[in-house]
Amino acid sequence: MKILVCISNVPDTTSKINFTEGDTKFDTNGVQFVINPNDEFGLTRAMWFKEKQGATIHVATVGGPAVEPTMRKALAIGADEAVRVNAEPTDALFVAQQLAEVVKNGSYDLIIAGRESIDYNGGMVPGMMSALLNFNFVNTCIGLEIEGNTATAFREIDGGKEKISTTLPLIIGGQKGLVEESDLRIPNMRGIMMARQKKLNVLEPIEANHGLEDIKYEKPAPKGAVKLVDADNISQLIDLLHNEAKVI
Amino acid sequence: MSVLVYTEFDNGKFKKNALEAASYACKLAEQLNTSVSAITINASNPEEIGNYGVSKILKVTQDKLSVFNAKAYATAIAQAAEKEGTDIIVVSSSTDSKYMAAILAGILKAGYCTNVVALPTSTNPLVVKRTAFSNKGFAHTQYKTKINIIGVSSNAYGVFENKVSPEVENFEPKLNESDFSVHSVNIDKVTGKATIADADIVVSGGRGLKGPENWGMIEELAEVLGAATACSKPVSDMGWRPHSEHVGQTGKPVASNLYVAIGISGAIQHLAGINASKVKVVINTDPEAPFFKAADYGIVGDAFEVVPKLIEKLKEFKAQNA
Repeated sequence: MKILVCISNVPDTTSKINFTEGDTKFDTNGVQFVINPNDEFGLTRAMWFKEKQGATIHVATVGGPAVEPTMRKALAIGADEAVRVNAEPTDALFVAQQLAEVVKNGSYDLIIAGRESIDYNGGMVPGMMSALLNFNFVNTCIGLEIEGNTATAFREIDGGKEKISTTLPLIIGGQKGLVEESDLRIPNMRGIMMARQKKLNVLEPIEANHGLEDIKYEKPAPKGAVKLVDADNISQLIDLLHNEAKVI
Repeated sequence: MSVLVYTEFDNGKFKKNALEAASYACKLAEQLNTSVSAITINASNPEEIGNYGVSKILKVTQDKLSVFNAKAYATAIAQAAEKEGTDIIVVSSSTDSKYMAAILAGILKAGYCTNVVALPTSTNPLVVKRTAFSNKGFAHTQYKTKINIIGVSSNAYGVFENKVSPEVENFEPKLNESDFSVHSVNIDKVTGKATIADADIVVSGGRGLKGPENWGMIEELAEVLGAATACSKPVSDMGWRPHSEHVGQTGKPVASNLYVAIGISGAIQHLAGINASKVKVVINTDPEAPFFKAADYGIVGDAFEVVPKLIEKLKEFKAQNA
């Protein structure tokens, strides 16, 4: 089985979010970038398929040279090869077309992407890829088993979960549950050394159209201080929620 | 210009977020000086969506579509959009809609913007405001495509009644076997309870509750408020509560009108997932808990004393205001 794990290079959760160039660009100054958490769950599940079922893992991303440390980290965790499409990941439709091209040329059986990236939170790339490639697709995937050509997946739904049966080739939008957080791997020294020798192929992007363009960013209005209510005066809280906030 | 809205129907009625999507689509159509069509799939009373301003309904009735299937639904909606000559498709932010609409966008090569929080700031070109960076920022996003999909964030716009008598037209999408190649084997779902995605109010418990045996008061509070129950990540990791209740960055996103956090300190990953909620209340013994910086209202106190009193007072309040 040949697996492609799609990785997004995102600011660490604790990063301060600021904008620059007249609020048209995300300010990367002082920001630490990591593998998108939803993708990391997927990569770890892919490692399980590698170790238990002899799968091969490639990782792919769309981005400039600055994303390479994140790709090396994926290689250090255990991916066999990496592919970087050398273009700015401006919007989901553009990225989906680039990654679909990587899939077409690599004859992959299973594509693991994350439910959404924690930076732009779009959650669109895997679904769009599935339509472009005509592959089966399971989103918000919290469990995956592969037996030959058959896949059994669990999908998180509003208020519960759904068990799904389908066939390869398959794309999933993964999240926590594919593996648990305690299963995530920190690259060890041997992995980091080996990652340096692994192939990181750089491809030029194909012609593709854009779906969206962010023209301006803004930060939320600063929040006022919390209103504290005395624990012995609960009625005041109800009054505030009813008359001031008007939510009950 | 024409607007199509997909209105989800489940368990004998339209979902609340379908009513919100319809309300949004109608106001948008008014701005564009056009009308709205809704597509309903196996809805038993489709004309009900006319109460929210929809003047035309494309009614799909097919046994094969009785269980949600993202690819088949997306294919049907794509065909409806083509038939109607639609430029803008409005969908909600439910788990199913997000799953379906990403495929729909791929089929139509459409620009699709999720987490949209308001009506477009410009209609030509089409520009919308959406949340980004886990609610730590907003983006103003311009569409670059001919067909555009707007994913309306839950509770961002609201539900507005606007009664019209809709024209109901039967619509038969042409679906192939290959549209059903992802099969639903079974669905394990809590019924008769508000879900985190659809609820106006969410009551959430954290490690401060000390153990799963203490969740009775959380459920009782939720019941009094008509709220969904949720929990923090450590609580689901320890198995006190099911994973489907975990809210936060790697759990379910919450965008409720009121979020009540009990015994939750407010780690940044938790706040990232719930910050889209409009009003936040925190109850915690530790006045230094980071949640107090994110909340609108707070009580410094022991949940085991505060919550039962809150339940009692809320019951009195509900009785007076019933």
